[in-house]
Amino acid sequence: MFKVILTLAFAAVAHGQLAVKADLLFTMTGDLKPIKNGIVLCGKNGKIRAVGPASKIKIPAGYQTLTAKVAMPGIIDAHSTVGLSGILNSPKHDQEQLEKSAPMQPELRAVDAYNGRDPLVKWLRDLGVTTVHTGHAPGTLMSGQLMVVKTNVLSISSVKDTLVPTSAVASTLGSKALSNSPGTRSKAIAMLRAELMKGQSHRLKMEEAKADKEKDAPAPNLRLDILVDILNKKTPLLINAQRHQDIAAALRLQEEFGFNLILDGAAEAYLLLEEIKAAGVPVIVHPTMGRPYGDLENMTFTLAAKLHKADIPFAFQSGYETYVPKTRVVHFEAAMAAAYGLPQEVALAACTIQPAEILGLDKKIGSLEKGKHADLALFDGDPLETTTHTTHVIIDGEIVSSSAK
Amino acid sequence: MRSRKLIAIAMAPFLLLPFFFSSAQESRESEVKVLAYINATIYPVSSPKIEKGTLLVKGDTILAVGTSEDVKIPVEAEVIDAFGKTIIPGLICTHSHIGSVAGADSSSPIQPEVRVFDSIDVRNTSINKARAGGITTANLMSGSGHLLSGQTIYLKLRKGNIVDDLTIKLADGSLAYGVKMANGTNSIRDSGPFPGTRGKSAALVRQKFIDAQAYLKKREKHQEEKPEEAFERDLALETLADILEGKRTVHHHTHRHDDILTVLRLKEEFGFKVVLHHVSEAWKVADEIAEADVPCSIIFLDSPGGKLEARDFEWKNGAELSKRGVVTAFHTDDPINDSRWFLRNAAVGVRAGMSRQKALEGLTLAGAKMLDLDDSIGSLDPGKQADFVMLSGDPFSIYTRVLETHIEGEKVFDLENPTDRLFAEGGYGAGHNREATGCCFYR
Repeated sequence: MFKVILTLAFAAVAHGQLAVKADLLFTMTGDLKPIKNGIVLCGKNGKIRAVGPASKIKIPAGYQTLTAKVAMPGIIDAHSTVGLSGILNSPKHDQEQLEKSAPMQPELRAVDAYNGRDPLVKWLRDLGVTTVHTGHAPGTLMSGQLMVVKTNVLSISSVKDTLVPTSAVASTLGSKALSNSPGTRSKAIAMLRAELMKGQSHRLKMEEAKADKEKDAPAPNLRLDILVDILNKKTPLLINAQRHQDIAAALRLQEEFGFNLILDGAAEAYLLLEEIKAAGVPVIVHPTMGRPYGDLENMTFTLAAKLHKADIPFAFQSGYETYVPKTRVVHFEAAMAAAYGLPQEVALAACTIQPAEILGLDKKIGSLEKGKHADLALFDGDPLETTTHTTHVIIDGEIVSSSAK
Repeated sequence: MRSRKLIAIAMAPFLLLPFFFSSAQESRESEVKVLAYINATIYPVSSPKIEKGTLLVKGDTILAVGTSEDVKIPVEAEVIDAFGKTIIPGLICTHSHIGSVAGADSSSPIQPEVRVFDSIDVRNTSINKARAGGITTANLMSGSGHLLSGQTIYLKLRKGNIVDDLTIKLADGSLAYGVKMANGTNSIRDSGPFPGTRGKSAALVRQKFIDAQAYLKKREKHQEEKPEEAFERDLALETLADILEGKRTVHHHTHRHDDILTVLRLKEEFGFKVVLHHVSEAWKVADEIAEADVPCSIIFLDSPGGKLEARDFEWKNGAELSKRGVVTAFHTDDPINDSRWFLRNAAVGVRAGMSRQKALEGLTLAGAKMLDLDDSIGSLDPGKQADFVMLSGDPFSIYTRVLETHIEGEKVFDLENPTDRLFAEGGYGAGHNREATGCCFYR
């Protein structure tokens, strides 16, 4: 994945020396069980300096100490449209998530559309979400790119302001991707295959030019270049597929073209657990509280529990909402899955370390370990309980919210 | 009150089978069951929580609620040990779109003559799902794309064959329902007979109610002067006249603070009974709402926005209203919020400062008051209908599941039943509204 360098602007912020003391500290490491009476020390560099039980860690003099009933890594939303799909839901003003002029536009970058000052970004940040995987929405065959960004980034002045500027290309199979053309599922797959084949021949020309100095490299082409990145497994294809036949189609595509596939939504994945497991594909499950209509009519709140039982890696997402609520909150979705059979700590992992692994960022974020980013969310109770408040949110060692929301 | 259901069936002319009616009634008399649920944590809502409580039900009615010392269990009672479980009154959703409900069409912005009653599909799985969420009574209504989109219908979610089996009859023999109105952006459209501004919206509504005032006078005059002659009825004005006479409640969709005040002015001018629905910006005008003494049926969303009017939506609405004494209930607005998570709405209310008691009332008794049904439902009290929900734990915990839903003594949802469980959790087949009836292309 892309090498991340925090911008000078952010590096220049004077990071306070901060200690977090929690009755229960979910580090999201090992067996995922929390440390009782745990402490996290956040260093000046915005990284974690030490983690462990209070018996083993002494808070150095001069540290500001925050106490909480529960602390955990900053929450990661594995798939969102926040920052592109704005609070007002006003087309041509704050709706940048779906360009419908053509069914396939993988060249559209999320960084060029993201508004970190949209109130919904703050809404999520105040609730404990510190990182979002956001960008173009489901709705066309290839709607554009996604990126990974922290929720304290207000403007993308450089791609370096993101954790990953192009983390995936969003693709949709099924009813939502159908219009005049593609008008059927078969046509949709035919169009996708043809497009990926164009990418293959572009890649071949690139390789031939590399091997033979007589041959000219093909002219750079935004669309073909990103297709080559997909085919070369540099950029995953995140395919939103809800019905079982659409999930099966995504697996067939992956087998044919050999790209890195992330299954998205996957409402009927419970019918294809063996196939998904065999393909070694991670799943970003639809919001547990998604609406059971259209391709999601047979969705179940037990999907996450079933994926867990089948040992398939998965993460939660807030998804994409066209009306109210304009964004969901990823750990609320995890909470509802926990009410339907998913163990609490697994639900928490699926909005912290699991999405970090799926996004290739587990060396940096997703758990509380020495040297990783000091991103934390603090609560006055079980983070999954509806009645619990988020008391503090910390990103890169800085308190970014203390609103007790 | 089970006879209510039978009467409702009998009301449908093609089902008027006298022998069926009488024999069914006789057999019911002889088999009135007494059930005693013991050792449960009971929230009667009208009185404080009872630990190790007993709920005594006879047929369709609650006989007694209290501690094991207070409630004597009759010898004929079937005893059910509900140890570790929580019993609360059946949930009342004051604003729902389940049952493939539909009202007015796009021909005009005000259509009081339209009954959503005529559109309900009792086999729609959304009704099964509502039962799985513990909802026993719901106000089914049409949308907010009209200034007045029709007559709503109050239904008990009994297991019925036709919509008539689910209706509630009032003392005068009519069905229980309200009238759905809306203001703000949803009922404003670009063209046609629909209003393009808020000013026009209010003017259209006021003129219609002025017409209804004249209609009422004309009807009174007719009854005085020519009572023997039939009065020429106008279905639309008749409905508005019912509102003016206080026979029907207006359920008014409204979000923005200024739109809320427009409704309060209409109420002041025409003197009708109104419940404010959604009220996203209630926190801005909570004093004015309290002063007008108007109940509020509120929604909870996981984030503000999604439409301009909901930009300033806040979780604290429930707390701000209830602490000022405003009768405050929740609604699902299903499919906006799934009926199966109705309890969660109240938990968000508690998170944002509402008391647990007020939040529980908001799921039950407050809603009953808004539907004028609080004499028969909304709390666990002797003489009230035996509508109750058995939960696995605390009503506000996310981990709590609805185990059973009972309406008038009949179990209409049981998590242990595989079909019920499919509707409770989802899965393959949970979304299918009906079996295919084609002979040759399916199965």
